[in-house]
Amino acid sequence: MDTLTNVISTAIDAGAVIVFAGMGELLLERTGVLNLGLEGIIAIGAASAVLAAQWASSPFIALGVAILVGAGMGVVFMLTTVVFRANQVLSGLALFLVGTGLAAHLGGPVTGNPSPLTFESVPIPGLAEIPYLGPALFDHDVLVYFGYFIMPFIVWFLLNRTRHGINLRAIGEDPSAADATGVSVMGIRSFYAILGGALAGIGGATLSLAFTPGWTPNVVAGRGWIALAVVIFAMWRPGRLVVGAVLFGALISVSFIAQDRGWNIPGQVLNMLPYLITLALIVVAVLRNLGKRATVAPAALAVPFFREER
Amino acid sequence: MSESADRQPPFVLVEGLTKTFDQLVALDHVNLDLKEGEIHALLGENGAGKTTLSNILAGIYRADSGDVMIGGELVHFRSPADAIAGGVGMVHQHFQLVPSMTVAENLMMGWEQSPRVFSMSDLKERSAAIIEEYDLPVDPGARIFDLSVGKQQRVEIVRTLARGAQLLILDEPTAVLTPEETEELFEVLRRLAAGGRTVIFISHKLNEVLSIADRITILRSGKHMATIPGANATVDRLAQLMTGSETPIEAVSQTGPAKAGEAVLTVRDLHALSSRGLPALRGVDLTVRSGEIVGIAGVSGNGQTELAEIIVGIRAGTSGQVLVTTEGTTQPPTPGQIGIGHIPEDRMEHALVGVASTTRNAVTRRYRTAELSTKTRLRWGPIREYAQEVIKDGRVQVREVDAPVAQLSGGNQQRLVATREAKVADEFLLAVHPTFGLDVQATAEVRQTLQDKRNAGAGVLLISEDLDEVLAMSDRLVVMYGGEVLGGFTRGEFDRDRIGLLMGGHREAAGE
Repeated sequence: MDTLTNVISTAIDAGAVIVFAGMGELLLERTGVLNLGLEGIIAIGAASAVLAAQWASSPFIALGVAILVGAGMGVVFMLTTVVFRANQVLSGLALFLVGTGLAAHLGGPVTGNPSPLTFESVPIPGLAEIPYLGPALFDHDVLVYFGYFIMPFIVWFLLNRTRHGINLRAIGEDPSAADATGVSVMGIRSFYAILGGALAGIGGATLSLAFTPGWTPNVVAGRGWIALAVVIFAMWRPGRLVVGAVLFGALISVSFIAQDRGWNIPGQVLNMLPYLITLALIVVAVLRNLGKRATVAPAALAVPFFREER
Repeated sequence: MSESADRQPPFVLVEGLTKTFDQLVALDHVNLDLKEGEIHALLGENGAGKTTLSNILAGIYRADSGDVMIGGELVHFRSPADAIAGGVGMVHQHFQLVPSMTVAENLMMGWEQSPRVFSMSDLKERSAAIIEEYDLPVDPGARIFDLSVGKQQRVEIVRTLARGAQLLILDEPTAVLTPEETEELFEVLRRLAAGGRTVIFISHKLNEVLSIADRITILRSGKHMATIPGANATVDRLAQLMTGSETPIEAVSQTGPAKAGEAVLTVRDLHALSSRGLPALRGVDLTVRSGEIVGIAGVSGNGQTELAEIIVGIRAGTSGQVLVTTEGTTQPPTPGQIGIGHIPEDRMEHALVGVASTTRNAVTRRYRTAELSTKTRLRWGPIREYAQEVIKDGRVQVREVDAPVAQLSGGNQQRLVATREAKVADEFLLAVHPTFGLDVQATAEVRQTLQDKRNAGAGVLLISEDLDEVLAMSDRLVVMYGGEVLGGFTRGEFDRDRIGLLMGGHREAAGE
């Protein structure tokens, strides 16, 4: 039972990056824009958080730097895809390469050192004492609490109970219809491209300031790609995204625990697990949607919008 | 129009409006004046500039030059939102509704007066109140794709009115409606005009324009030809102003009785699902024999698309049988089968490769034959000759045969497709909405192509939303509704009223 508690607790920590980066991507994709560059933005967010931690006085300042840098990457993506309407897939891949390379370069001086500032666990009084469940769910850092317990509700409310949410979804489904009724397609897409970058930046900071504090070039290890897959698995719904993040976090944490306890499974196989499962789940998600009357993916995903097209 | 209305200053005044797209002059110094409370028809062929003019009024395009005044003030709309704020609302030919969202969400979308934050019941109640106010009943909780086209149009109209539109522009609003729904729409428009709203009604259907419009403005090739009171207009006069020629339109009709022979297409108890997984065909039976044109009338979305795709072998049904006869053998269809021609509903989607040249597009059905290619190479000499033949036979106007086919006008693209397909359709030709969006000349030529095919002994299946077209062309006629084929009429017994009722789903009209 202790092992299970441990797996869940680690899973939640490991999945935090997926929750943040995935939520930003979920919102952006709901407006019809696909950003494949998450992996690169997370990397540069993680590196810049550790760099900021060298001089900052609080981990929140380092987090703020990661947010700004991530948002900056979002601005670059917005300019290429929303303003200049370049191909979103290619722009995203370029952002991934640039982000990963730049992060390795900038993080060079601090590679391998533990981060001087970290987010520590803050047990929630009362709740954390519940046997088994308490340590699993209520003994985490503040980013985890926000990402898992607060953000999904905000996003759900935004999408389903606000005028802005209607506009946002309309853009993702049919931008010209939204435009014709007076919704600013470019404005809303731009905003979420930048917000998505900022949230991926936070995702990077959860890695380098909390989960495995410190910077190494392979700290992201494909979690940006997993976040993209989890968005599909979640069928673009915030609640399911959280479930998916914990699930993938669990796969990651199983491999940690297996190594820790010396289980007789090759480490490479365990490390491969999350990616194999990603592949399997995406196929399952697609099969499940076959024959459904309404497709779940935003209908205008990855399609640039031009008004005076004839 | 009453006497006093005639003396009012115009509510909308358009002067010298000009708009060009690349080299194409879509509007050339157009003038227009609209009075408050009038229904004003904009009449013209496709490409005459009706839609461009409306799109400028609705803030979608910006004019190159010219002035628009509304209520005596000069306006410059920069976006649809601007136009809406200025009291101009447009109901587009392709509805600007999000199909996967509810009626209520579509009403509230992009609207400053919709609540920033709401509960589900709140949203429905507010929408119900708006719908009530304009007396155009529709369920606010329904998703758009569950509604009939007529209902969808209501949602568009309600949404436009709720935003305070004083000028309501309807772009070809009847194109997708049954005769019954059209009559309902006309009632609504008359009511709105009586309530003081101004309506622009865009159409190329002369009879409709005559029955609804107070005044009619005719555009031709981007130029303003005339504005005449509806009461003084006649079909002949309008047709002449619209086309610039004295020849009556709809010139193509039957040439002699059908010499129908053996069946070339047999469909038995065919069932199929739509791409969304809903039942699209529910037991269709249909036979087309050589030497006849069978017409399928009906509002689109009643299974025509699925039926057409199954007939040419690019979609599978769930049960039932489809057999085609080519070169003496009868078998289920295979995609691209020689002997069968297919003029699809969406030519850019299913017939042409936009970036490829006219030459290449002209041979896509034939290039694999021995005359045009070896096993590994294309024979460019014969290919060019064949393409020239298609271009010549189809009277396709092409400046540069090696330029992308997407540069041709819609009419010339359709001439190319129709001729190319007719050339392989020795036994059977399927034509789906073959003249949709074409001008009078191109329409006549494409219809002639179908007629020639019939006279040469091929079976032709014509699926069209344009009832006049089906009536003019067919030897036999059926109606498609709700995935079924209803009724059966032979030439000489065509009963427009009964056909119209069947199109609206009144099966009792199928009669004995």
